[in-house]
Amino acid sequence: MTTATPSPRAKSRLADRIFSGTTVFAGSLILAALAAVAVFLIAQSIPALVADPAELKGSPSSFWAYVAPLAFGTVWAAFLALLMALPVSIGIALFISHYAPRRVAQGLGYIIDLLAAVPSVVFGLWGIKILAPAVTPLYDWLVNNLGWFPLFAPPVSGTGRTILTVAIVLAVMIIPIITAVTREVFLQTPRLHEEAALALGATRWEMIQVAVLPFGRPGMISAAMLGLGRALGETMVVAMVLSPAALITFVLTSSQNPSTIAGNIALNFPEAHGVGVNALVATGLILFAITLVINSIARVVINRRKAFSGAN
Amino acid sequence: MNFKRLGTIGAVAIAGSILLSSCAANEGTPTETDAPVSTLSGTIDGAGSSAQGSAQEAWIAAFQTANPDVTINYDPSGSGAGREAFIAGGTAFAGSDSALKQEEIDGGFAACVPDTGYIQVPDYISPIAVIFNVEGVTDLNLDAATIAGIFKGTITSWDDPAIVALNKDAKLPAAPITAVHRSDDSGTTKNFTDYLNKVAPEVWDAPAADPFPYTTGEAAQGTSGVVDAVTNGTNTIGYADLSKAGDLGVVSVKVGDEFVKPTAEGAAAVVAESPAGDTAGDTDLAIKLDRLTTDPTHYPVVLVSYLIACNEYVDADVAPLVSAYLTYVTSADGQAAAADAAGSAPITAETSDKIAAILAAIK
Repeated sequence: MTTATPSPRAKSRLADRIFSGTTVFAGSLILAALAAVAVFLIAQSIPALVADPAELKGSPSSFWAYVAPLAFGTVWAAFLALLMALPVSIGIALFISHYAPRRVAQGLGYIIDLLAAVPSVVFGLWGIKILAPAVTPLYDWLVNNLGWFPLFAPPVSGTGRTILTVAIVLAVMIIPIITAVTREVFLQTPRLHEEAALALGATRWEMIQVAVLPFGRPGMISAAMLGLGRALGETMVVAMVLSPAALITFVLTSSQNPSTIAGNIALNFPEAHGVGVNALVATGLILFAITLVINSIARVVINRRKAFSGAN
Repeated sequence: MNFKRLGTIGAVAIAGSILLSSCAANEGTPTETDAPVSTLSGTIDGAGSSAQGSAQEAWIAAFQTANPDVTINYDPSGSGAGREAFIAGGTAFAGSDSALKQEEIDGGFAACVPDTGYIQVPDYISPIAVIFNVEGVTDLNLDAATIAGIFKGTITSWDDPAIVALNKDAKLPAAPITAVHRSDDSGTTKNFTDYLNKVAPEVWDAPAADPFPYTTGEAAQGTSGVVDAVTNGTNTIGYADLSKAGDLGVVSVKVGDEFVKPTAEGAAAVVAESPAGDTAGDTDLAIKLDRLTTDPTHYPVVLVSYLIACNEYVDADVAPLVSAYLTYVTSADGQAAAADAAGSAPITAETSDKIAAILAAIK
């Protein structure tokens, strides 16, 4: 932006004014869009919040009883996906930034970015046709041998279309974004820090531990939050792969899984009418609130950690 | 520079529009030359049942080819939404998986001339097959109570005595049953659960509804999702339109003392011989599906979808279009087209003639 500052001698030209006007317009447009979405969600939600809960799908005791399993499923699936994707992504990013030969690193980087361009419906098809049948024997084994562990409580799903399968697909989908951001951050590590660590006799792994990771921590957190945001809102994969039911459970391998808000809207909107539409919009409002809260927490964490990183 | 760039964009735009217009011209010619002379022109909108969706697409394509100046839009937004839109006057006709309720009829229809009544005729019949994928089992006989127990989760193993008693010769594995139902709201679920609720109310105590009533078993999106889950899973059972069952095993359902496989003929027969519904009248051919039939030529697990329209339209321009289109839909040609495109069971010739007489009187 500093280059755009006009020198005192230059007179303001028409092109300058048009350009600055355009940027101001673009900047305020996003705020207006966000406000419009919020107003729409709230206005459309009110009929569902005040309606007789008996009119909602499945006749729950209240709107909150209807939305609770969905909100839980949304956070649970996204959390599982992040748990799997984050270590892998950081590994890939470190490999690309500090281990791989430059030529390999570049190629690998392109391939990871390419993964981000695959539409989610394709991942959904892959999840149904390939992944779910492939993991069914594994789930069988887990439930038969580790059934005492609450996460793998029997009975096992006969089709593999469980929340764990969804989380695996989601993990594959969020790896590119997390990898791309963390890789950029790792590459920014001050050369002097790294060389100082090596000069003090650190191995490459020790150098990464003392120089790269502490420097990259805020970046890793914001990358994880970006990935989490995508996982929270992902719709097609959940709608296509998951076998949903209206309940709250931590079990990973059962036929009855809590659905997610986005997936539930996709499944039920086509046939919804009357107050059912408002109920779905109201769940959308809850999703809006969840993502807002999670992103705010991430902001706070990043800002607090900034002081301790090597960035300053 | 700027002019050069603008020039490039302009060239692309011109090239694009020429390309597009030439395409359109190519597509236009065959219909103009092949189609018989049709005096109909205009646009009508319909909405409703998504079960009819693929049949409506086939009907619209064929009808518009024969009548190039007519545009018909059908929005498969769901039966409830379709009836609401028609009552409010937003559409010229509706498709619905359930007949109009008395209170909906009493409320009147905005698109119709007041006190001229309405038309409600069956146009789409689809047998629902109970499909299964169990290793070593090719034929399976079940009665309503057993099917209800399986889908409700009270019968959990393939070697359950209730199943064995009906299939003495089959080698049933001692494996858990994975029962797959629809995860989205669906008229198929409504008709399937209506059958279970009518025939085995002591097991299936939930009334018929679009969403699946219990939190048991496995759920999958759409008919194709259920078929996929049953095909790819192990020891699975589900329900889907017969036309989508593919190579999967199909359950023979107990009707009277015999076990009946789903067929288009069996579905059409039960619809033709079911008693008239509560609202039935001269122009209302709604039926009360005889789920409890004991006639083994009937297959009672069937979905019937209706067309709802006006006898007399406020907008007189719409009337001939609706009359012509709905007549085509319920004709032998239209029913054959739907059977090809969606695998539905054609309505009987007798019913078709009766409907044609009603539709001819639309004004």
